[in-house]
Amino acid sequence: MRVVEADRVTEAVSRLCIEANCRLPVDVKSCIEGCHAVEQWPIARDTLGKLIENYRLAEADSLPICQDTGVVCVFLEIGEDAYISGNIAAAVDEGVRQGYREGYLRKSVIAEPMFERKNTGDNAPAMLYTEYVLGDKITVTVAPKGFGSENMSRIKMLLPSDGVQGVIDFVVQTVEDAGPNSCPPIVVGVGLGGTFDKAALIAKKALLRQVGQPHGDPRYAALEAELLEKINALGIGPQGYGGQTTALSVAIEHLPTHIAGLPCAVNMNCHAARHATEVI
Amino acid sequence: MEHHIRLPLTKECAAAIKSGDAVYLTGEIYAARDASHKRIVQLLSEGKELPFPLQDAVIYYVGPTPAKPGQVIGSAGPTTSSRMDAYAPQLLRLGLRGMIGKGKRTSEVVAAMKEAGAVYFGAIGGAGALLASCIKSCEVIAFEDLGTEAVHRLYVENFPARAIIDANGENLYETGRRAYLESDS
Repeated sequence: MRVVEADRVTEAVSRLCIEANCRLPVDVKSCIEGCHAVEQWPIARDTLGKLIENYRLAEADSLPICQDTGVVCVFLEIGEDAYISGNIAAAVDEGVRQGYREGYLRKSVIAEPMFERKNTGDNAPAMLYTEYVLGDKITVTVAPKGFGSENMSRIKMLLPSDGVQGVIDFVVQTVEDAGPNSCPPIVVGVGLGGTFDKAALIAKKALLRQVGQPHGDPRYAALEAELLEKINALGIGPQGYGGQTTALSVAIEHLPTHIAGLPCAVNMNCHAARHATEVI
Repeated sequence: MEHHIRLPLTKECAAAIKSGDAVYLTGEIYAARDASHKRIVQLLSEGKELPFPLQDAVIYYVGPTPAKPGQVIGSAGPTTSSRMDAYAPQLLRLGLRGMIGKGKRTSEVVAAMKEAGAVYFGAIGGAGALLASCIKSCEVIAFEDLGTEAVHRLYVENFPARAIIDANGENLYETGRRAYLESDS
């Protein structure tokens, strides 16, 4: 059994909060640059050019790419042969506090959603998910999530008879309804199967996959490609000003589900598709 | 078309701006979002004085990240405007001439804009670092307790924006998409 002090989790989360907010993953950048190169519609090309200018400036000066530095989603994959000494959730929250303070990131989390809506002042707590995996390593992934796109996300309990067409119609309609609000070009995470809650979780996890990397199962990969084509045929374009670049990618994750169900969750992410990972 | 505009935004100047035009704003604008709008409307209902004059003013829907030492402001891109739709018509009737944000507006807001001769500008969502570089000064002028949501007076130079909905109610979110789909691209 390998013992890991909880402080190391705190340090990793703190570093990753700053890195994720100031530096876009390489795959996201190269996808945006690829879209910029082929975008023919002038206003769309101009907009994509400004997005590239923005993330380069952010990276060079260690500035947040977007002022909505989000609520922090943290995914911990804990090896079964590793033991974290200390309170894991407290360690993660402390990492968020440190990272958001030292990185001059915006504190956007409120303690209670309905009545007072009072800011916690330190961007904690994180939305924490833990999972046990083989080995003795701990993989920490930090994904700050902005709410311009989060607010446009949807879930629907489709029926088995709705099938592939039902999924296509729901995903494309969700993107169309969102229009400019989710800051296109977007990354679309789709969760199929599981239960109401699990479908949403895997849709979020789908947003962590490398942009442009297809699903391992060719049937799902083909569905991702078809969805991407249909979404880009909507013509919404960067920022909703029109153009061919509405989405950068569509990623589907799936789970076993009940004989009576086909849960379908669509988690929208903006072009600032931020996440960073470290292995302890 | 491209406009280089000196603020405040007069009715004549606003009337010359058409949906889809690129604009570069120079002068004072006011940063305000959800919580400060709620308080501004509260002040109005109590008949109290507002923290800034609304006549010909431009409000920027933004909640910036904290400034690092030596910086004027942190990242400062637009937030989703629709959350201010409940408040905007009242401010437009009192002289507000421009709003900068991102995303759709309600038909009530568009109707109030047409009546007031006002323009809705889009700044690029998620371009917070780039837009911050056009902000040359920043001062909290009201509701300091709201932190990032406080009302800030900003001096901007050549702040890039796009006229989305003009004073005639023409809307780039509708026309831009349609024009692209009807083109050969």
